[in-house]
Amino acid sequence: MAGPAPEDREKPTGRRNSQGIRIDPQAEAEAKPRRTVISALVDHKPGVLAKVSGLFARRQFNIESLTVGPTVDETMARMTIVVEEPEPGIEQAKRQLRKQVHTWSVREVEGAIERELALIKVDGHDPSGVAALAEMHGGQAVRADDEVVTVELTGTEEEIDAAIAAFEQFGVHEVARTGTAALASGTRSTA
Amino acid sequence: MSKSQPTNESEASADTDELSEEASDEQTANKTKGAQSVVTALEKAEVEITFGVQGGAIMPVYDALADSDIHHVSMAHEQGASHAADAYGIVSGKPGVTITTSGPGATNLVTGIADANLDSDPIVSLTGQVPQDMVGNDAFQETNTMGITSPITKANIFATSPDTVGDDVGTALALAAEGRQGPTLVDLPKNVTTSETDVEPSEPTVPEAYQVPPDEADPHSVEAAAEALAAADRPLILSGGGVIKSEASEQLREFAIEYGIPVVTTMPGLGSFPEDNALALEMGGMHGTGYANMALSHCDVLLGIGTRFDDRLTGGIETFAPEAEVIHVDIDPAEISKNIHADYPLIGDAGAVIEQLHGAMPGEPDAEAWRDRTMEWKATYPMGYETPQDEAVKPQFVVEAMNEAAADDAIVTTGVGQHQMWAAQYWTYTEPRTWVSSNGLGTMGYGAPAAVGAKLAAPDTQVIAFEGDGSFLMTSQAIAPAVRENLDITVAILNNSYVGMIRQWQDAFYDERRYESDWDWGPDFATLAEAYGAQGLRAMGYDEVPDVIEEAFAYDGPSVIDFHVDPVADVYPMVPSGGNNAEFALEADHL
Ligand SMILES: Cc1ncc(C[n+]2csc(CCOP(=O)(O)OP(=O)(O)O)c2C)c(N)n1
Repeated sequence: MAGPAPEDREKPTGRRNSQGIRIDPQAEAEAKPRRTVISALVDHKPGVLAKVSGLFARRQFNIESLTVGPTVDETMARMTIVVEEPEPGIEQAKRQLRKQVHTWSVREVEGAIERELALIKVDGHDPSGVAALAEMHGGQAVRADDEVVTVELTGTEEEIDAAIAAFEQFGVHEVARTGTAALASGTRSTA
Repeated sequence: MSKSQPTNESEASADTDELSEEASDEQTANKTKGAQSVVTALEKAEVEITFGVQGGAIMPVYDALADSDIHHVSMAHEQGASHAADAYGIVSGKPGVTITTSGPGATNLVTGIADANLDSDPIVSLTGQVPQDMVGNDAFQETNTMGITSPITKANIFATSPDTVGDDVGTALALAAEGRQGPTLVDLPKNVTTSETDVEPSEPTVPEAYQVPPDEADPHSVEAAAEALAAADRPLILSGGGVIKSEASEQLREFAIEYGIPVVTTMPGLGSFPEDNALALEMGGMHGTGYANMALSHCDVLLGIGTRFDDRLTGGIETFAPEAEVIHVDIDPAEISKNIHADYPLIGDAGAVIEQLHGAMPGEPDAEAWRDRTMEWKATYPMGYETPQDEAVKPQFVVEAMNEAAADDAIVTTGVGQHQMWAAQYWTYTEPRTWVSSNGLGTMGYGAPAAVGAKLAAPDTQVIAFEGDGSFLMTSQAIAPAVRENLDITVAILNNSYVGMIRQWQDAFYDERRYESDWDWGPDFATLAEAYGAQGLRAMGYDEVPDVIEEAFAYDGPSVIDFHVDPVADVYPMVPSGGNNAEFALEADHL
């Protein structure tokens, strides 16, 4: 079976980027990642969270946090997923999530009200200093034990990052964070 | 059964318990068992045939099946059951059903489920499970079937009550067939199938939350896409497996022919467009034809229908159809722009959207010059091979000889390896549902059990399996049920005493180091076939080829032909993994 070798054939011009988008062959055009909050209403049933987290792991989406909890409708749970991905990845994540059998609705929440809860265990040599700093960050010292003070804080992810950084001056022993929960603002429904 | 029982109890003692329970319950009026509900649900969905293997945890369901008209085919291995069900689904268009036990029964199925998942084939797996109060305790023959199959099923359901188990089965059947088809599974704990219920299963329905895809695409998008297509100078259709799944082959033919648009098919799309039509460029991608790949690389509008733009088709994303605006028709919104960005996303059923496009086309694209170019490419890059009569038989020749001798509508199933590619390249597919292969997962051993499922789905149609010596060795036990069911199938082994595709890659990319690819230790396949009770035949040279084919076709029952073919024949054209489709190699020197 003979025929012209690859170098002897007519060549197409043009190129796609790694996301499969046709681009100017000269230009570099990879979409930059964007952080976004995706909210999904799913059946409040065992196995659904495993399925969703498995889906995200398998498809290698870059997830910052995934939280889940019941809603006013006891048959449903809300998942809040913070994703950092280029545009096509965000779109894929929403579509993959939407097509799950137990998913009722999926929405990217623009201008979301975002909060996360953190418990921060701070060294207790200066309890009143810790309490004052907690208050400055809108939180409170919820417990003082022998050598540590535990602070409870809610805020956006950045606010909590900032607070933890501030507590470093006393010495931070342990941190537990819940990940972000979010709702759309005003009367707009979230998902 | 209580938790205090030792978890490693033997199946026998568990089953004796069950039998005495069942006997005492017999008289209760209007009461049935969960197992009966499972069978009733299958009957309501008009399931005619099931594939499987018995086992402790599934015995109640088999017992209920005994009183049903459903035909159960006992396969010799659960992998074979899932491949047979998969092929049954491809050929009949209705979900293929497997019934197997827990633990090893379920894990043996897994390859076939994963296979169905990547090819979007409708199968429903009903797996036995240990009683609920033992779940999680590492009981005898327990595995976490839900966990294992979750990533490879469209949906899986753990049945929790005899009152709802019938509906669970109905849901699984409905989901497998709805929208983008795929595998579903119901895990059936033994206490659920043995407990009593007086609830009749209702009609199979998909869960409320499940988004049933729309049939028709957004009309504005259709209009824009039709305009782009009509304005194209170099239009091309890429027809995928979704065209066959949605029964849209007829619409596709009419559309392509009316507007004079050349057609490339994906591997799962083989048969969606007749390869003997002048517009057919046949299969594209890694082992596609040179002309298909030239057309893909030079088209300016590409209409992809029911394809997920798999990497075997696209090669490197950067160089795939680099000049083309892409119109993508798919029933699954998540497929749109997953691999290749769609300039015109059309979400809907392939058949319905083709008709919409048909209605919206402002005119025929002015593509005569383009069609001429594709014709030139056909002449420049023809498919072919040489047949020196003093050398070993070329495998391609066997495929062509079989094609010539077989009925026009014969169904081809395949294993995986070089033989699969030759079967794709050198057989002329003209009808949908005649190519039954492991396209996405590339599962060796698919061919023989798939032939069983295909034949049972289409008893009046000729079924031929192409297998490699390595591939056939993996599931040859499927010949046993083929003999038992007296299925008139022909298995053609293209025996090169190598795992040939591996040998080809070693020769091309690993300095010809043929490490562990020389499989000259295989059995004598004709004798093996005889041992199973099938007809075993052998062909050593060109002159023997027509005779053994005739003998196999004449025999009423399963035949296995061991064709001794050129051990070092290679599959060309070839685009190396991730390569540029336009740079397909026609011979080793091109790689
Ligand atoms: C279950 C499985 N294991 C391994 C492979 C990797 N593999 C792909 S092709 C191939 C060789 C197939 O050999 P054979 O069946 O003899 O067919 P040939 O290529 O010689 O036609 C192998 C080992 C596979 N596809 N499937």
